[in-house]
Amino acid sequence: MTRASRGGWRTATVAGVRRPVARGVQLRLDVADRVDHLPGQHYVVRLTAPDGYTAQRSYSVASAPSDPLLELFVERLDDGEVSGYLADVVEPGDELEVRGPIGGWFAWDGVSPALLVGGGSGVVPLVAMVRHAVDTGRTDLLRVAAAGRTRAGLPYADELVSAGAVLALSGEATGVRPASRLTAADLVPLWEPGQTAFVCGSTAFVGAATRLLTDDLGMPASAVRVEQFGPSG
Amino acid sequence: MHPHRHDGEGTTTMAGPTRGFLGRARTPRDARLPPGQYDTGSDWPVLTAEPTPRISPETWSITVDGQVETPTTWSWDEVHALPAAEYRGDIHCVTTWSKFDTHFAGVSVDSLLEVARPTEEGRFVMATAKTGYTTNLPLDDVRGGKAWLVWEFDGRPLSLEHGGPVRLLVPHLYFWKSAKWVTRLTLMKRDQQGFWERNGYHDRGDPWLQQRYQGD
Repeated sequence: MTRASRGGWRTATVAGVRRPVARGVQLRLDVADRVDHLPGQHYVVRLTAPDGYTAQRSYSVASAPSDPLLELFVERLDDGEVSGYLADVVEPGDELEVRGPIGGWFAWDGVSPALLVGGGSGVVPLVAMVRHAVDTGRTDLLRVAAAGRTRAGLPYADELVSAGAVLALSGEATGVRPASRLTAADLVPLWEPGQTAFVCGSTAFVGAATRLLTDDLGMPASAVRVEQFGPSG
Repeated sequence: MHPHRHDGEGTTTMAGPTRGFLGRARTPRDARLPPGQYDTGSDWPVLTAEPTPRISPETWSITVDGQVETPTTWSWDEVHALPAAEYRGDIHCVTTWSKFDTHFAGVSVDSLLEVARPTEEGRFVMATAKTGYTTNLPLDDVRGGKAWLVWEFDGRPLSLEHGGPVRLLVPHLYFWKSAKWVTRLTLMKRDQQGFWERNGYHDRGDPWLQQRYQGD
């Protein structure tokens, strides 16, 4: 298993900035001498004010290990000290301090069957898994459910749908699926014996999705790996 | 303010300021806030790596074993018969939030160690939770009035999502050391890594030294 945080802080040069959804920014970073990440791992970004004050936050990686750049997706939180800066101020050419990759638990090994369940910006680490599967020709191993309010507000929605993801939208109907939160009926067609489930999103989403997997689908709790977003600005 | 300490590997000096970043308007920094942390106020974020288990007090127990003279298991009722103890103070999560003025009630880990009696060779502890979650600690970090088993938060039963019915509380270290749903403390001769520690987090986790990741 890859060890986290090899090498401490590195300088990342911002190569690209996109705002694909209203409340988020996609940062493409050129990080010299970085260690390849596993799909699902995260990086820490540290900002320093002129008086030396620093603030750091963790963001999931969306890019595949094979991508020459590191792609982070940052949801812009109301009053978000770091996310507000990254979403509103950062421009190509800026330098940021980053550290990673971090976390070996919420990481797909690339060879085992997995059920990926993401809510909102919780889809980001799952995007890295999907991209890695595309790279290695192993998309057969992954089943994906992505939940959000609207398709337009869900990051990477088009890419995930192209990869076969089921969308569970609470704010609009999708084909014959009425507007509703994620249900067991969304997950049943994706479930197969032997899968490890990766569930990522807000604490409330992760709790609800995990209960669907363990209580309704009967997945063993030991097969479910979760990652929550705390309110960390 | 706590003296500034080197972050990261200790060799990388800080890059200059980040262009255009000023940060939140800063009041004088609260001396209770370790470096790199912010005050989460009344929130108490929930962060776990596994589904929340269902554990009833009737089936819960705590075992102290490994390098001890008398390996011992206490039931819910038995652990409540030990001298009551409480913690009033702050907690710090590695995800950078700190929470001030918390109040937990339970028993001191010292009360368990008095019964189980560590051998001279027992120097480290592995805390294990019902879920299989583990975290390692130096024995000296869980004795001498520094660690508790707690089942009450602010006068109410500790909720399942926050580790109830009983969690370990080691508030002077980052909060992943305070294992939720704890059921076992195993004393060890040599340090072994627990769950987050194997995944790159620090073996000790002192928030004042910013011991977040391996190598800090």
